[in-house]
Amino acid sequence: MALAFGAVYLRDLRLALRRRVEALLPVVFFVVAVSLFPLGVGPEPQTLRQIAAGVVWVSALLASMLSVTSLYAGDHADGSLEQMMLSGHSGFEIAAAKAAAHWTITGAPLVLIAPLIGLLLDISAPALWTLLGSLLLGTPILSLLGGLGAALTLGLRSAGVLLILLILPLAIPALIFGAGAVGAVDAGQSASGHFSLLGALAILTALSAPLATSFALHIALE
Amino acid sequence: MSNAAAAPANPHDAAPLPTLSLVDVACRRGERMLFKGVDLQVRPGHAVWLRGRNGRGKTSLLRLAAGLAPPESGQVLWGATPVRRAEGFTSALVFIGHSNALKDDLTVSEALHFLARLHGRPDDAATLRAALERLGIATRRDAFVRTLSQGQRRRAALARLALEPRATLWILDEPYDALDVDGVQVVNELLQAHLARGGAVLLTSHLAPGDAAPPLAPFDLDAFA
Repeated sequence: MALAFGAVYLRDLRLALRRRVEALLPVVFFVVAVSLFPLGVGPEPQTLRQIAAGVVWVSALLASMLSVTSLYAGDHADGSLEQMMLSGHSGFEIAAAKAAAHWTITGAPLVLIAPLIGLLLDISAPALWTLLGSLLLGTPILSLLGGLGAALTLGLRSAGVLLILLILPLAIPALIFGAGAVGAVDAGQSASGHFSLLGALAILTALSAPLATSFALHIALE
Repeated sequence: MSNAAAAPANPHDAAPLPTLSLVDVACRRGERMLFKGVDLQVRPGHAVWLRGRNGRGKTSLLRLAAGLAPPESGQVLWGATPVRRAEGFTSALVFIGHSNALKDDLTVSEALHFLARLHGRPDDAATLRAALERLGIATRRDAFVRTLSQGQRRRAALARLALEPRATLWILDEPYDALDVDGVQVVNELLQAHLARGGAVLLTSHLAPGDAAPPLAPFDLDAFA
């Protein structure tokens, strides 16, 4: 059964490679959004350091949400989604593959580029590592939830706005614990509690979001 | 089932293909009842040609038959079980809808490879190439789908039919759409061979399939509005 997962995942990566500029846009958005904050808040290193984790997390959240709106739209329009749903493979597997591909294309680059952003906002080394860890655990949650939102809003007009309204509340716990982990390290405490909760959230989302996405896709096709 | 017995023995599946039956099926689109009381059987070795005026619900009926949507009332059965729960139904089904399910940014052979792999059909390079050759677009196999004409896209989508070694159920929405005379001929030959090995076909076409077509039992949807 891992066959369909691999086929869908590799196909989505290949499609992203064929549209490199489009695939890079969320990362560009992330960098631009973060670099606006020093301009708006002022270049005080102390202030920047304080808001850094929150800024990075909120920007990552928005970058994920913006890029996920079209996750199923293309497959729906050209009939690929019908074929996937008729292939006999579970919708769970298809949804998980699509979310994994989305994470690889947008989530992973965000994690990779975060150290650079950290330098920009003058984050200390231990806090930077914590930020990386929290993004590594947190961005898959955003991709999984975003996939659910994309499936729920499939075929609707103004799907993008609706998706953000639907999914942002669900992503708030990840935002709180992700940014909170960095705050804890900055305050000289252990971030393990935050990481445990973030990990639990990631597992819970990985088990439930693809299932809900699969139901939403079946309803969208009816 | 007599036709299944007459069909040549196939090593891949000993059991004959179950019959697809629509029993007293009704379909609603929003407020409008598209059709009701439809009883239709697609037996192995037989082809049904679904006819009806535009907007009569031909595509909706195909989607019901493929299990993509549940009927408003009545049942769609594969053998004796509803299609949406039937074991082995999806692996015995080839559904080619009105859209071709080819990604614009993939090459023709990549797109076909993905569909073959997704549906668990033979997906090695030689088989794919032979299928594309059968449909006459092997020369364009490394071209991006977005550079193809409508007719070429249809041929690429229909190349899935040439990958089928087994007697299966084909549900085809306007397979002849956008094809030239030669393309229609190839599809007719594929249908013929498919019926001969005990496969079943349910298709729509707004044109009469022509003299070279295999025997198609017409089913008029207009009578069920």
